[in-house]
Formats: sequence, structure tokens, C-alpha cells
Amino acid sequence: MEHREMRKVINEFLFDQMSKNDRIFLIDADLSIPHGTIDLRKAFPDRALDVGIAEQNMASVAAGIAAAGGTVFIESFAPFATRRACDQIAISIAHANRNVKIIGSDPGINAELNGGTHMAIEDIGVMRSIPNMMVFEAVDDVQLAKALPALTAYQGAVYIRMGRKLVMDVFDEDYEFNLFGTDLLREGSDVTLFGSGIMVKESLEAADILAGEGIDAEVIGIHTIKPINAEQIVASVMKTGAAVTAENHNILGGMGSAVAEAIVQNCPVPVEMIGFKNRCGQVGPMDFLKEDYGMTAQDIACAAMKAVSRKKK
Amino acid sequence: MDTEKLTYLKEKAREIRYLTMDEIGYLGVGHIGGCLSIADVLAVLYFDEMRIRPDEPNWEDRDRFVLSKGHAGPALYAALAAKGYFDKSELHTLNRPHTHLPSHCDMLLTTGVDMTAGALGQGLSCAVGMAKAGKAFHKDYNVFCIIGDGESQEGQIWEASSIAAQWKLDNLYVFLDYNKFQIDGGLDDINSLIDPVKRWESFGFETEEIDGNDIEAICGALQRMKAVRGKPKMIVLRTVKGKGVSYVEAAGAGNHNMTFTPEQTLAALKELE
Repeated sequence: MEHREMRKVINEFLFDQMSKNDRIFLIDADLSIPHGTIDLRKAFPDRALDVGIAEQNMASVAAGIAAAGGTVFIESFAPFATRRACDQIAISIAHANRNVKIIGSDPGINAELNGGTHMAIEDIGVMRSIPNMMVFEAVDDVQLAKALPALTAYQGAVYIRMGRKLVMDVFDEDYEFNLFGTDLLREGSDVTLFGSGIMVKESLEAADILAGEGIDAEVIGIHTIKPINAEQIVASVMKTGAAVTAENHNILGGMGSAVAEAIVQNCPVPVEMIGFKNRCGQVGPMDFLKEDYGMTAQDIACAAMKAVSRKKK
Repeated sequence: MDTEKLTYLKEKAREIRYLTMDEIGYLGVGHIGGCLSIADVLAVLYFDEMRIRPDEPNWEDRDRFVLSKGHAGPALYAALAAKGYFDKSELHTLNRPHTHLPSHCDMLLTTGVDMTAGALGQGLSCAVGMAKAGKAFHKDYNVFCIIGDGESQEGQIWEASSIAAQWKLDNLYVFLDYNKFQIDGGLDDINSLIDPVKRWESFGFETEEIDGNDIEAICGALQRMKAVRGKPKMIVLRTVKGKGVSYVEAAGAGNHNMTFTPEQTLAALKELE
């Protein structure tokens, strides 16, 4: 099947929802052209808004609209949607438990030529540690399209992390989405590779590499990073006895930390982590960045071999 | 304005001050200065201006109130109790474990509180959101918001005011508690607003400066503001921090957060009887 850009999925969904439901709002902070949402403003001038370059205001205005009965989507590049507006999200949105969906686009190496200043590698850690906040990272357009109705129906704050122009092909139309579940993408018995976002594809490729080395890897996609499904994670590593986490984020505080927390509290096994190793972002094309930060399928495969070798004999 | 209404509102302002002093004095500590400074505007809002139903606190068509300077929560709780949102005896639970009345406003805990606020700068943005939602929903409710003068040092206040004017939110009424003190001292010694009227006018607000502890002046300004369409409104309230209790007033910048002995509380309450 032909896959689409993530932003196209968001726009179609919002156009449909805003047509049907006059309680749904969208707020941009001067990035509606890059997100392709500018046309919504013509269709829904009272509810598709732009506050200008003021993300903190955007977050609190959204909370106010939500307090008056709206369901509000706000969007920006991931660093500005989260880091920049952290206290406003923690207090106006999360502490007040308002129904606001925060879309953070182009996280981590997806920022590419915008470089280090625009490269969110802390956003999951920050958002995950805020009470009342759900954290979701989309893998591809199919998953995002199936997730958005569930995320909208969920009464509460959600952080939605996704590549904006990214076109990924992991799932097909038969994919069954479960908001609070995980995605078992390949069964295996020697090691579990947990991937999120763009690293799901890399994890699947790593499993192919490992098969050539005689290692049978299980691959699980983690889309809902908080609340994380500890049960399914633990069940898998009880079987395989080792794990690798692969994420487009700092290995401190992100999906890998969430998975490791679930493992270490229930059935400690060797865990190796792939992602930004506490380094700042930098400018460059995706392939270069993937290699420079050690985030390729080959890096995951090497980490898996290490995890397997660390198993207790 | 007729004398009967004026007498009534003055009595309500006195009651709010009395209940606030009792509430904080009973605990022995609290943000008394910035509570007493806004008792008069709270009396006007809750006992004259706002379209509200205490027995239906979440009524969709109600006017909204956001206390952006959320540390004055105890004064708002006193007004809500006086209005009948909850029993006055609850005021003695202020800041005790499991209370519904926390130091800073929490919409999930307190009946009648429309927005969580207290992280300074954020409440005004929330009020802007409520006003914008009212327009989108074709509702005729108004949104009232009190910000602090120290709070106005937060950049978010100016982000919020800028978009409020852009959106022509004439259903938004903001009051600035211009008492000229903040925790570390005098406002003008730390980071002055210089000329708040000019500032707010230049940000596109219909602006007026009045004696903020004068009930008649507050009512008059509100009436004049209501005739103005197409822009948000700012009423700069020249107030006295700690107004009504001489001992608190005299503390000046020191009255932001004060401790009280039972004897001091009794003396203060006597002054407010």
C-alpha cells in the first residue's frame, strides 16, 4: 500500500472532526504552513487559531478553551511544544487535568537540517514525568490514523510525538490498534527489541541481521510510552531473557527508561539501550545523524548480541 | 450609584476581608496582603457583576473568573463562601491535609473555582482561552481575571494580552492589582511597570486607572467598559496591599506572606468587624 506523510493524516482527521464537532479546536504557533494546517483556518476561523510565536501562551490558552468545554489540539515542533511550554503544560493543562492534545513534530533526528536547537531529545522524559499526561509516539501513517480517534476520545492530556513529513511503512490496513497495548511485530525467543517511532523500522531490520547470526529476535513496537504496558513487556522478556530498547530520544528518561523501569521492577534481565547517549543534537541529514548517534539497525543488532551475551549462563 | 447597593457591596467587601483574615489567622500564616487588596473588586464581581449560579457552579452560560494571581486564593474562597458556594466553616480547613482550599487556586478541588492558577502569568492566558471559546460557542458570557503587578513581570502576561487584542475579545475584563509591592520589595525598586495604563493601551486594551479599593469607582469603570466593543478591557486598580488591617498595611512589602499569633488575629478581626 502507499503510505502518506504523517501531517496529512493529522489534517484529514482534524478536518473531519472539526466538521462534525464544534467543540474541537486547533491552535498553531506560527507553524501552520509547515504542518499543512493553514487551510483549516479558512474552514473553521473561530476554532483553528494561530497565537503567533508564543508556545507558552498557546498551552495555557488551550487549557482555558478546554476549561470552557473544548477539546484542543496544539502543535509545534517537538522542542517548542514541550520544553518551551513545560510549566504551562504541567500546571494549566496537566495539573488542571484539561483535555488538550499536544502534537510535537520532527522529534530527535527528524529535525535534520534545523539542527540541534530544534532537536527534541528530552521531550519524552519531560512529558512522561508530568502526572495526568499520556505520551504517545506514532510509527507510521496507518497507525496514526487508527490512533487519533482513540486519543481524541480519551478524556485527558496527551503528548503526540511524530515526524511531520515522515513517510514510513510498518503497518498495513489490517493493523489492529490498541491504545493501551504494544505491537508484537515479530516473534522470537533469544532477545526482545523494543522500538518506538522511527526506530521500529530499524529494529525490524536488526532482527533480520540477527537472524543471519543465528539469534532469534522478538520485535515489539511501543506506541504508548505512558502509561506503558508493563505486562506485555515483562511477558516478552520472561521468554527471551534479554532486551534492547531503540528510540529517537536521549536514552535518559525516554522510552528505553520506561521499558527498563518495567523490566527491573518485575523480572530483571540484561537491557541495552540505543538512542542519543546524552549528547546534544546537531545539524545533518537523517542517515548521517542515525549513524553518528549510533541508531542504525546494525547498532541495534550489536546491542542485541551484547545483551544476549550478558544473560546468566 | 444608589446608596443601598453601595452599602450592600461595602458590607460584602468587609465580610470578604473578615472571612479572609479569619481563614488565614486560624491557620496562622498566609498571603494576606494580596488577598486584602482585592476584596473590593471581588465583592463587586461576585455580588453585583457576574452572572453566576452558586447552586449550579458549572452552569455553561455563567460568567467566568480566573484569579491569575492565584496566591490570593483565600480571598476568593472567602467570596465564594459568602456567596454560598460552600459552607463558611470550610474556610478553617485552608491548607490543611486533604482540604478543598489550597493556597493557590485549583479548579478540581474547589467548588466555584473556574481555573487552576498560581504559576504566575498562566491564568491570564487561560482567561483568554475561555473568552475565545465563548465567542466560538456564540455564548454571551464574560470572563473576568485579576492579575498581579509583580505577576506582570512574567513574559506570558504580554503574550496573552497581545493575542487577546488581536482576537478582539471584548468579553474579557482584566483587573491589575497595582499595589506596588512584591516579595522582594517595592515593585518600582525591582522591575517597574513604569506606566501600566500606557502599556495596556499600547497593547490594544481599553484601559482605565481607578482607586481599586473604591467600590463605586470599580462599578463605574465596569459600566463604562461594557459600552466598549471590539477590544479587551483593562482596569488598573490602584490598591493598598493589606487594605483594611492597619497592622498588615503597615508591614508593606513584608505583608506578602505573614504569620499571625492568635492575639494578632483577634486584633485584626476586631478592626474588620
